[in-house]
Amino acid sequence: MSTQVPPRAASEAATREPHHTPGKESADRRQITQGRSASILLLPTIILLAVVIVYPVVNAIIMSFQKDAGLVNGFFVQGGAAGFDNYTHWLAQQCNGQSCPPGTLGSQFWNAFGTTFFFAIVTVALETVLGFWMAIIMARTFRGRSAVRAAVLVPWAIPTAVTAKLWFFIFAVDGIANSLFGTHILWTGSEWPAKWAIIISDVWKTTPFMALLILAGLQLIPDEVYEAAKVDGASTWQRFTQITLPLVKPALMVAILFRMLDALRMFDLPYIMTQGGNNTTTLSILVVDQIRQGFNSAAALSTITFLVIFIVAFIFVRFLGANAVGAATSAGKK
Amino acid sequence: MRIRTFSRYASPLAAASVLVLALSACSGGSSGGGGSTGGGDAANNLDGRGPITYVQGKDNSNVVRPLIDKWNAAHPDQKVTFKEQSDQADQQHDDLVQHFQAKDQNYDVVDVDVVWTAEFAAKGWLQPLKDKMAIDTTGMLPATVKTATYNGTLYATPQSSDGGLLYYRKDLVPNPPKTWDEMMSMCSIAKQNNIGCYAGQFAQYEGLTVNTAEAINSFGGKIVDDSGKAVVNSPEAKTGLSKLVDAYKNGNIPQDAITYQEEQGRTAFENGKLMFLRNWPYVYNLAKTDGSSMVKDKFGIAPLPGQNGPGASSLGGHNAAISVYSQHKATALDFLKFIASSDTQKFYATQGSLAPVLSSLYTDPQLTAKLPYLPTLLTSIQNAVPRPVTPYYPGVTKAIQDNAYAALKGSKSVDQALTDMQSAITAASQ
Repeated sequence: MSTQVPPRAASEAATREPHHTPGKESADRRQITQGRSASILLLPTIILLAVVIVYPVVNAIIMSFQKDAGLVNGFFVQGGAAGFDNYTHWLAQQCNGQSCPPGTLGSQFWNAFGTTFFFAIVTVALETVLGFWMAIIMARTFRGRSAVRAAVLVPWAIPTAVTAKLWFFIFAVDGIANSLFGTHILWTGSEWPAKWAIIISDVWKTTPFMALLILAGLQLIPDEVYEAAKVDGASTWQRFTQITLPLVKPALMVAILFRMLDALRMFDLPYIMTQGGNNTTTLSILVVDQIRQGFNSAAALSTITFLVIFIVAFIFVRFLGANAVGAATSAGKK
Repeated sequence: MRIRTFSRYASPLAAASVLVLALSACSGGSSGGGGSTGGGDAANNLDGRGPITYVQGKDNSNVVRPLIDKWNAAHPDQKVTFKEQSDQADQQHDDLVQHFQAKDQNYDVVDVDVVWTAEFAAKGWLQPLKDKMAIDTTGMLPATVKTATYNGTLYATPQSSDGGLLYYRKDLVPNPPKTWDEMMSMCSIAKQNNIGCYAGQFAQYEGLTVNTAEAINSFGGKIVDDSGKAVVNSPEAKTGLSKLVDAYKNGNIPQDAITYQEEQGRTAFENGKLMFLRNWPYVYNLAKTDGSSMVKDKFGIAPLPGQNGPGASSLGGHNAAISVYSQHKATALDFLKFIASSDTQKFYATQGSLAPVLSSLYTDPQLTAKLPYLPTLLTSIQNAVPRPVTPYYPGVTKAIQDNAYAALKGSKSVDQALTDMQSAITAASQ
């Protein structure tokens, strides 16, 4: 905001308080008033955020330190304070002071943790490579380009639950996948086929999203840069590694960050395709299963999941340059 | 100036919308942590009469609406409104939990799956049906009444029942097997015809609990005792589970069956790829009428085979209960009696193919003409054992599924699976 004072305001101020330097005084007050009205304008947003974000998160954290209701004379009564029991239940797999037996949710935490990261890393890696490839094709000028772009979006536009059911049928024993390849794989009946079935479905579904984000980044690169490189005699590969990759990196990192966070809370695909069977339970599935058995342990688990995802996001933003938050401001400065 | 005018109107507006949000968030279940003993609520409004709401999952076969219309015509001052939930059992469960937590007075009569009844009763959400609220259960199938009973008190009225049946290829096996071992001895016939012998529901989900419980109960084992304590690590249970595991290992249960839920098994049977199938009665009509069914006139039904005679089916079905928060419990009770009445049960059976809870109806000539499987189903339900009646059912079923699945796949011995099942049920019930 400039400090220049409109003449009318200045003259008003001058007539009212003649003893002070009129311009500066008025500008100060103006800034205060503006600061106040800014905070009044921001207040609803802040209250709204407090209600829809801070309250649930804080409430979940408080809940996570309470015991789940227990039976007294056949009726459930509130359990009281739990200390860190709900957290050791998951992290140390402790059920009532002993190690959780197989078949309890507590015994599945580290498995689910590993599965979640396995899914996240493999799917995001595949989606990045495929998405990049699709983006480069879509960035070219050719007849029917908009049709291709629209077609690519179709898998992304289908609701995940529908996608999951679709692939559930494709991967049935007598489904399309098996008859197409003449195989007899029990896709949802053993661990690795089930995991790959989920990965394939997820890649099919979300690569378009990746491709579009990367495409947006590609289109920000001016053609002149490529022309200049061509004139200098750079090969296609050199142009890709020296120009495309570095210039598209900010957009690429944001795309990877978004997909990574998405994949870490993956729920519907594995839940519908395998019901979490055959070691395909992700952290989110575990949370939902736990909600049916007790809210407070579920609150602890979702807090842990939240922290895990937060840490991953932090690493991306801080060390890998996925500046999703500050991107707008730095662009504005330019 | 313009900004200030805007903010003068905007702030209250935003504040109001925030308030609305906050209120709706609170009513959504901030009481989060379980339930109370519900003593006070259960004593209130016992004489209340007036309009009530009946809550049930999706009314697929259109039995609820005509029934409610009939009730409303007869009770114009105590009308029933139908609130229809989704068709997914998990979502129905969670919807009920949310509304009970919020002490919603508009959920007067609710339809509960047999396995949820104990949980809801223990949370103090269901009106005990005793004293003034008592309901007459004579004439009802004892197993169905057992699913509605918790801690020695009736908490719901059985509304519809369901039991497992053995579908068999009568062109290949003229006389259905009576015992499990007899059935296994017939598997050579299936092998000669190059089809699978027996399948149930063995994917890792609730169906596996049903099938495992049937195997264990049929050979005299129990999963939990009457007080809800795990007793599954017993020689009888071991015999039962071993029968399933051995059959899967030696191929009498085809490999594919480890991915079967109800529908996949039905499809395989209808395509002529299975000789024996354990499934629910709904398969009967479909296998008879589906255009793609290759076994239309080639299959028969029998009770599930057991150790020395009919096996112990797991019990499916639904109960109807009154919420303790209802304002009009007298009307609600009348409506429960209306649901359990012989007329309604008959209508359910003819219109929706729902198995009645009154034993007399299973031999009613009018019904058996339409649903020929009823007498067989009666044998099944008379021998049926409810799945564990415990308020910790979600944890218990998880313990059964995970360990039975591991045993079936051979990644765990039957002994180990039962030991783990026992400790997991114990851990989940604390």
